[in-house]
Amino acid sequence: MGFLPLALPFAELEVGQHLYWQLGNLKIHGQVFLSSWVVIGALLAFVLVGSRKMERDPRGMQNLLEFLWDYIRDLAREQIGEKAYRDWLPFIGTLFLFIFVCNWGGALVPWKLIHLPEGELGAPTADINTTVALALLVSLAYFYAGLSRKGFRYFEYYVEPTPIMLPFKIIEDFTKPLSLSFRLFGNILADELVVAVLAFLVPLLVPLPAMFLGLFTSAIQALIFATLAGNYIGEAVHEEHH
Amino acid sequence: MTSWLLLGATEGGLFDLDATLPLMAVQVVLLTFILNALFFRPVGRVVEEREGYITTSRAEAKQKLAQVERLEADLREQLKEARKATQQLIQEAEQDSDKLYRDALATATAEANASREAARREIDAQREAALGQLKGDAEKLGDLIVDRLLAAK
Repeated sequence: MGFLPLALPFAELEVGQHLYWQLGNLKIHGQVFLSSWVVIGALLAFVLVGSRKMERDPRGMQNLLEFLWDYIRDLAREQIGEKAYRDWLPFIGTLFLFIFVCNWGGALVPWKLIHLPEGELGAPTADINTTVALALLVSLAYFYAGLSRKGFRYFEYYVEPTPIMLPFKIIEDFTKPLSLSFRLFGNILADELVVAVLAFLVPLLVPLPAMFLGLFTSAIQALIFATLAGNYIGEAVHEEHH
Repeated sequence: MTSWLLLGATEGGLFDLDATLPLMAVQVVLLTFILNALFFRPVGRVVEEREGYITTSRAEAKQKLAQVERLEADLREQLKEARKATQQLIQEAEQDSDKLYRDALATATAEANASREAARREIDAQREAALGQLKGDAEKLGDLIVDRLLAAK
């Protein structure tokens, strides 16, 4: 492959190589599941420790958990609205927390110390399967939210305010998951690549600013994903006042 | 080492969609239920209980404050009335003592006047008596002188 002069160093990054596990005749990406189990385990451990002994006067980890809960509630309430946000708070919160720990886990855990026979460990959100799965869940969620709350009146949303909007609204149903998944995937993968390339070229100090920037974008991406998910659900359950 | 972007390749590549996708979706849905049971519900209950507790405590405190203010106003009113009553009492007492003093003064003055009058009258009577006697004595003396002078002639 001579199309890149830098092909040699890039080869070390093993982008697009996966550790395949065979489930029957299905193939899955083992490294994505391994790292996702690690970050989910960390998240669950944190939640378990923090909520073990909750009191009215919070102390220690309970403060952090309550802060997170409050933050997620504000996010969900602002996007979905006072009436329906309670039903969707766990979903929005899980999206936010899962993406956040995946992104930060990919940046902060020294995965390189563990050698896999193929592929390499990293943020689960740097794999297109994960982000598409999350985005499709959001699509299902807002369809379900709209249909369960308004029945078939939900489809009035497609012709409001005028029927001219119909094709655009239909296209939106496809662009929403597409943009959600590719935004997250692209940002996280690009961040990992930038850090990896910089670390490969100049191992010390130089990658640090890129790493901090990566942490920042990681957090922002989690927030954007959760906010947009809430926004889509809020749009679906929104009652038009005639 | 082949292309690092195996776009659409049969094996591997960046956009390699396979059974990872549905399994990851199931995993995230499971995580949603687990987190709901472990985190969102219990923490939400604690936070909302506290919010309720704070709201009721504030309402109670407000009520108590209103009660205290009412009591304070009541006590202030009572104090004012008590002060007024005291003032009146003092005034009445002063007036009473003033009257008593005047009465006593008047009685004493009247008594003094009466006794002075009596004394004057007695003096007058005694002077009258003394004058009468003096007059008598003078007449007797004058008669005696006349008698003696006439006898000597």
